[in-house]
Amino acid sequence: MADLFIGDDEADDIERAAVTAAVGTGTVVVRADERLVYGGTHRRREHRHLLLPALHALQNAKGWISPGGLNHVCEVLQVPPAEAYGVATFYEMFRVDAPGISPETTHVSHVCVDAACQIAGNEELIAELEAGGAHVHRSPCLGQCERAPAQFHQGIGRPDSVPADAEEAAVQIPQQGDPSLRLLRNVGVVDPTSLDAYRANGGYRALAAAVEMGPDAVCAAVADSGLSGRGGAAFPTGVKWRAVAAEQGRPKHVVANCDESEPGTFKDRVVMEQDPFAVVESLTLAGFATGAENGWIYIRGEYPLATARLSNAVVQARQAGLLGTDAAGSGHKFDIEIRRGAGAYICGEETALFASLEGFRGEPRSKPPFPTTHGLFREPTAVNNPETLINTLDIVANGAQEYRSRGTERSPGTKLLCLSGRVSRPGLYEVEFGTTLGEVLELAGPLTGSGTLAAVLMGGAAGSFVGPDALDMPLTLEDTRERGTTLGSGVVMAFTDEIDMTAVAVRIAEFFRNESCGQCVPCRVGTVRQHETMVQIQAKGALSAQRRSLVDEIAEVMVDASICGLGHTAASAVNSAMALGLLPEGGLDDDH
Amino acid sequence: MEQTDLVLLWGSNAREAHPIYFHHVLRGLDNGTRMYAVDPRRTSSSKFADAWLGLNVGTDIALANAVGREIIAAGLHNTEFIAHATQGFDDYKAAVEPYTLEKGEEITGVPAHAIRELAHEYAGAGTAQILWTLGITEHHNAVENVLSLCNLALLTGHVGRWGSGLVPLRGQNNVQGGGDMGALPNRFPGFQEVEDPAALAKFEAAYGMPLPNKPGLHLTLMFEAMERGEIKGLYVIGENPADSEADVAHARKLLDGLDILVVQDILMTRTAEMADVVLPAAVGWAESQGTVTSSERRVQRVRPAVSPPGQARDDTEIIGDLANRLGVDWGRPSPQDLWDELRSLSPMHAGMSWERLESEGGLQWPCTDLDDPGCPFLHGWLWAEDLDGREPAPFNPCHHEGPKEQLSDEFPLRLTTGRALDSYNTGVQSGGFASPIRYGDGIDVNPVDAQRLRVVDGERVRVCSRRGSVETRVRIQPDIPVGLTFTTFHFPELVDVNRLTNPEWDLRSGTAEFKAAAVRIEPLTPGLPNNPSPTLEPATENADG
Repeated sequence: MADLFIGDDEADDIERAAVTAAVGTGTVVVRADERLVYGGTHRRREHRHLLLPALHALQNAKGWISPGGLNHVCEVLQVPPAEAYGVATFYEMFRVDAPGISPETTHVSHVCVDAACQIAGNEELIAELEAGGAHVHRSPCLGQCERAPAQFHQGIGRPDSVPADAEEAAVQIPQQGDPSLRLLRNVGVVDPTSLDAYRANGGYRALAAAVEMGPDAVCAAVADSGLSGRGGAAFPTGVKWRAVAAEQGRPKHVVANCDESEPGTFKDRVVMEQDPFAVVESLTLAGFATGAENGWIYIRGEYPLATARLSNAVVQARQAGLLGTDAAGSGHKFDIEIRRGAGAYICGEETALFASLEGFRGEPRSKPPFPTTHGLFREPTAVNNPETLINTLDIVANGAQEYRSRGTERSPGTKLLCLSGRVSRPGLYEVEFGTTLGEVLELAGPLTGSGTLAAVLMGGAAGSFVGPDALDMPLTLEDTRERGTTLGSGVVMAFTDEIDMTAVAVRIAEFFRNESCGQCVPCRVGTVRQHETMVQIQAKGALSAQRRSLVDEIAEVMVDASICGLGHTAASAVNSAMALGLLPEGGLDDDH
Repeated sequence: MEQTDLVLLWGSNAREAHPIYFHHVLRGLDNGTRMYAVDPRRTSSSKFADAWLGLNVGTDIALANAVGREIIAAGLHNTEFIAHATQGFDDYKAAVEPYTLEKGEEITGVPAHAIRELAHEYAGAGTAQILWTLGITEHHNAVENVLSLCNLALLTGHVGRWGSGLVPLRGQNNVQGGGDMGALPNRFPGFQEVEDPAALAKFEAAYGMPLPNKPGLHLTLMFEAMERGEIKGLYVIGENPADSEADVAHARKLLDGLDILVVQDILMTRTAEMADVVLPAAVGWAESQGTVTSSERRVQRVRPAVSPPGQARDDTEIIGDLANRLGVDWGRPSPQDLWDELRSLSPMHAGMSWERLESEGGLQWPCTDLDDPGCPFLHGWLWAEDLDGREPAPFNPCHHEGPKEQLSDEFPLRLTTGRALDSYNTGVQSGGFASPIRYGDGIDVNPVDAQRLRVVDGERVRVCSRRGSVETRVRIQPDIPVGLTFTTFHFPELVDVNRLTNPEWDLRSGTAEFKAAAVRIEPLTPGLPNNPSPTLEPATENADG
């Protein structure tokens, strides 16, 4: 990789300044003297993780990543241009072709085209924006499903923003202030920008308790609580932490997976925006429990407010000595670095997240080895999402037994649910495990429009549809599994019989086609074939028998042979829609 | 190599000259090996290194001594190993005493703190290797250069252990095999001395005739003997001296003056064009049956994949027939017969049966009997309790001398030569193939020198040394230090670079000082306004002037 063949295009001063601001100077090659130059493979590797921030800087400076800008980054970080191009073209938020917009343009308007926004008039919004002269980009789920149709402004020469954030909403969540809330108790109640306010409301009590208890007891409490990961895979958190704690002799990491991008999911966004100190405290606690010195927050690029609030929280915590060489008086060194993703669903998959953070295309790795031994930079790593992390505060502060007093034996605690679709009070809800689907929908108020409930999408695009007969289903890990569905990331999206479910299925299939990283064949080809099938249904109002049998085969192959969860779940929502009879079926002869 | 903690790449651009070996270096780097590159040029290999130390051409001994002195001064030397396995430490210590870090910087141009860092890193590493090639050996004091590096290994105990050692990279896939088979003027097969009466007697008995008991001539001495008229006929097998010798114009004249020149080669080299008889040979690698020995002393079988074209024949057949015509019947021994004869005469090969070479995928010598697994590294005896009954290894104090040829007002620039990735030596084997990365002939010049010379990138210039001149074009290269120029010698048809190089050679190794000539660069059109006649001061950066 020392043989870099860099083209002739050169960066301009704006691009150079932007890259320097993002990564500094003299990063890889340091010319200490005419006869002494530092550089080489190891320095190149140590700095590779700066590629993503550098590309962000270029994209933001000019609204695209020009060939000259890319060359400059390659020179600075000593990355082969072909690899850097591969990384730049991996992400939704980066473009490497000139956008053809006027220099005065301040932003590109991303409008969500996924299910919740699709059924909430996103096409009308796009038409309106375009009529007003805006530059619109059709984006996958922006994580604002409770305020569909969602918009995000990608800034050019200025920061990114979300129009809805400008409107100071008085109420952040429907249950705001409810004394029974555990995870959301601070939301809308405690100033999210003030460490003092957070501490005045019991903040950092858990970390103090953890320091008192020591790492082993913290891991034991988390294990005893029965807490499992809230991102969808439901892996026991205590097992993960103990595994990382047991690794010795190498640098270790804890990563907050804030790359929430499952269509229909916005829970972590609300937590990060409204209670950022809880995320910082719980990540610090995870670092203490696992013995990791390095904390990372990998947050999706479309969450500018959450990014700002977390950055502020990290800075304040650092100033207060809650991060640093002796974090919170624990004697343990710990600090947190924040990295922005750039729009890639797959980067929510933990190993893809590592690759992305390390400066490579966000392609998942085969497991084993697992992240607890070979995670970020191939070093022991515990990855948890914000919801999982903040649960540990409650567990450590109040004890595992108290924690287990809520929920069921096999699904203890409470769960955050993202209610959207045709409900009158969409938003983030916290309920005990075991609450039925019907009760949850009742919380979110009567259905909107004039139709009746046709289906509920559980767990997002990677989840599945259930019919109205599932309203009695208790929402626990075990019950949903038994009923052939999933809680996933907590998506509960309601659809009425007025909605064209075929269009929804086509979009879900298109989503997976776009978001497949392309690394493994079953997923790369399978998602394309699945989308083609959905398009055929939409176009012909029916499906040939040949296609119908192919759908099942594709699903089977993707489940059996894909590397990661994306391929494993890509067929699940579409297949459940077919099984529920939500899509037209049969009738056509074989394709010719 | 792949498991060592630290590599000192010294006078080697392995990334281009030993690309296959460099894969192993890369794997080491991948596993966490740190690398320091010592080279006058910031070569492409150097760019893989954690640090590049750019020393003046021909100051390797000064740098090695400064490193050694710093290791001793900082108390980082391995006293236990030195006491157990070496001799002459006190003399070495006294010899390197003058080479302080400051003195080292003065002579070599490498900052004192970098020399210190190198010394501490090398001495402090758990395992460490020194890799070198022709940047060390193509000097008039080649052997001393090598010994100065060996001293460092003895000082730190980085030798004779897994992951540690001294690694001269060989230039061809089977150059080690040539040495193994006795293609050296002073050795029988298996590196047995011709002056050792017991060895002589053994070979005389085996071959059934008296053999010379004095070393023969190596290549450089042969040319001197040709000059004196003592050699009148030359039989050249697989070598192209008409392009590769230093001061090549003179070498060609000597070849021309021979009574008979016989060349046995796979290609029509320039030397072959001058020959009275050309014997077309089969390619060793794809058309022959036999063995090769790699740099790590691993003997492996090779087998023909295709038949040789036209009249080309296997080397052993040609030599056998020649013997026949000269009146000795050697019969038609098979490659295995020849191999078994070697095993009967060379103890280090004795355990390598044809079957074992086949079934074990190669063996590393010494391998003395059929149960011997071979030897993954040499000099392990240094760590044995009784040194296997051998003498302790000697330190060999060496002193800085610098290149033979001084820079002067007339020849103010240093010229060093080397290789490029896409080409091989004199281009005989590589010139026939197109390469997208071949930049062809040219002389690398620092932008500062280019400005002083008032030449631009791509401009054709004349390069002159005390021995001759060639025309080539300038390549402006920011990575080459001021005062130094560099060219490859892959394109003798275009640029006869070895007309410039210095034939001064090391008495012990017989290698000429290809790496350090003094030259002058002249624009071809001095009349033009941007090309005033060049009167240059000697470059001050080279402290060897």
